[in-house]
Amino acid sequence: MDNTPDQSLVESLLELIRVTSSTLPADVKKVIKEAHAREKEGTNAKYAMQIINENIALAEKNSGPICQDTGTIIFNVYHPPGFNQGKFSLAAKQAVMNATSKGYLRQNSVDSLTGKNSGNNVGPGHPSLHFHEHEGNSLEVRLMLKGGGCENMGAQYSLPHTELSADRDIVGVRKVILDAVVKAQGKGCGPGILGVAIGGDRGDGYIESKVQLLRKLDDKNPNPVLDELEKDIVVASNKLAIGPMGFGGETTLLGCKIGVLNRLPASYFVSVSYMCWAFRRQGVVLNGASKISKWLY
Amino acid sequence: MKKLNYPFTQEAIRELKVGDMVLISGKMFTGRDAVHKYLHDGNKPPVDLKNQMIYHCGPVMLQDPKTKKYKVVAAGPTTSIREEPYQWEVMRDYGIVGVIGKGGMGQKTLDGCKKYGCVYFHAIGGAAQVLAERITSVDNVYLMELGSPEAMWELQVVDFPCVVTMDSHGGSLHAEVLEKSKGKFAELIK
Ligand code: SF4
Repeated sequence: MDNTPDQSLVESLLELIRVTSSTLPADVKKVIKEAHAREKEGTNAKYAMQIINENIALAEKNSGPICQDTGTIIFNVYHPPGFNQGKFSLAAKQAVMNATSKGYLRQNSVDSLTGKNSGNNVGPGHPSLHFHEHEGNSLEVRLMLKGGGCENMGAQYSLPHTELSADRDIVGVRKVILDAVVKAQGKGCGPGILGVAIGGDRGDGYIESKVQLLRKLDDKNPNPVLDELEKDIVVASNKLAIGPMGFGGETTLLGCKIGVLNRLPASYFVSVSYMCWAFRRQGVVLNGASKISKWLY
Repeated sequence: MKKLNYPFTQEAIRELKVGDMVLISGKMFTGRDAVHKYLHDGNKPPVDLKNQMIYHCGPVMLQDPKTKKYKVVAAGPTTSIREEPYQWEVMRDYGIVGVIGKGGMGQKTLDGCKKYGCVYFHAIGGAAQVLAERITSVDNVYLMELGSPEAMWELQVVDFPCVVTMDSHGGSLHAEVLEKSKGKFAELIK
């Protein structure tokens, strides 16, 4: 294989990284503004939301990272049949290295055994690349930067769950999701957004929970049962009054997206990924010359 | 909104209560995992920490190649609970009066705050740009051998926004919010 990355693709991916790290997508900004308005005057929660809003505006203006933890760099690539994944990976790695030296990304990739920082965000498993073949000719690249603080608040449950008396049904699923929200408190830099997968094995469950986070916050789940559950989880979580940063308040969750995979008769997993308010996700459609032809969020 | 200005004193710290929104101006020292481990292992701090504040932060710094001066690129708080085993010792042995971080801390730290006169300030997690703007200068760096994010940086701040979530009277907003949310959770899943 030719080992020089496609420069035009590298440039487009670099721009995708820059925008993702410094600008929140419109659907996220909207719910953050609403949360700010909802909190009561003079409260710690209002104060936190005000600073969060100021930070969003400032990062955009400075084209600087919204948060210094620029997180796990997760690419989801939707490509036509016959696509060369190896060449794409090469360009993605190059773009990540360039973005790191430009300061769009922090040096955030560490050898798990020695603790040594690779210094360029590339190493085994980094960046995280997921390829999906789809119909049609378009190439879509969706990027998410997911910080460590919120990732640490993720949880996976195996139903039935005795302690919570959560059975293998939608009521049981609801219990464990809310349990994850209670356990997270403000520690994942709430108000947060949940991506949830019901079913799958342990690995696929977590991956699907993150794919759910690629959905726009204002979309509607085509499955009416899940649609209702998504709404219910947000309402119920806000009743927990954990609030922004765990200070107490009206907004604990900004959204919840739930997907479902088949499972084995013997297992029933519910996988929850917690995303912080600094929900950095963007996406682009690339044309035949690897130039950005459309922004997806 | 309260203001807390350098030099910090025990008296001013004792006046603070859970829920107070505070703008801190003056000096603070960063210290995260490696610094706390270093002190715990019996090493003396490189500066006198009496009446000083420790900020749980691994900043991103840029050094000007000509002037050698450091500039803050991003400096938000990191998760504090990792210092739970050590924090109370730093209060006892070196007399710090403030800890700044995110996510709150546990009973050991809360007891330490009460006994030795210290407060836990919760900064806004993720607000790297706003917080970097409030850090007006980087005056010194100690323990650089621990690596840049882990070193002890001496920062000058103006109107650094925080909320007191653990005070020196045994109050903890984290404990309160957790208790309440657990009660609510029990009702919601009935
Ligand atoms: S959880 Fe999110 S906002 Fe908080 S420090 Fe990590 S990346 Fe930043």
